[in-house]
Amino acid sequence: KKSKVVVFMKGVPDEPRCGFSNAVVQILKMHGVKYDAHNVLEDDNLRNDIKEYSNWPTIPQVFINGEFVGGCDILIQMHRNGDLIEELKKIGIISELLKTEQAKDKSSEK
Amino acid sequence: KPIETSIRNKITQQLTPKYLDVINESPHHNVPAGSETHFKVVVVTEQFENKPLLQRHRMVNTILSDELENGVHALSIVAKTPQQWEESDKIVTPSPNCRGGFGK
Repeated sequence: KKSKVVVFMKGVPDEPRCGFSNAVVQILKMHGVKYDAHNVLEDDNLRNDIKEYSNWPTIPQVFINGEFVGGCDILIQMHRNGDLIEELKKIGIISELLKTEQAKDKSSEK
Repeated sequence: KPIETSIRNKITQQLTPKYLDVINESPHHNVPAGSETHFKVVVVTEQFENKPLLQRHRMVNTILSDELENGVHALSIVAKTPQQWEESDKIVTPSPNCRGGFGK
């Protein structure tokens, strides 16, 4: 719970070892989110404990502000429908995508 | 295809889906031919109405908990209400490609 966004994944952000984990990494990158990543391939106990803790059977797992958000499918969905931007805003993170959009709006107003 | 059949039967019985597709995506991964390790399920049911996405996924995970504990290693879920399904393009995109991390 030390970071606002925490990801449990296979591999590390620079070298994901699973397409689902990679999808999560790429989405967070697009939004410019800083996060803690834990590699479950390095630690079998962690891999089992996190599944039990969240009552969720698969990896990756995304936590925002200590709350379990879901896996890759859910994060992709939140990314597509704008919910992710809103959730990040709630914890004081302004998504890079939102910044880009606001910059566009400003320039079109002029 | 015992696992695929079992997934299909369980979801049909418990979620009475309007539409169900169970796709074995294992051939996209680094597993022996004929494996049943990676699945995508598309479920459209009225039982998802007024339920957030996380809860819908939990419903599917719970129904398939035996499979997930015994060999099924990746499960991608598309969970929609009949209305959402009608409004969607009904195109289900394939899961992301393997990155070689299977098994460790």
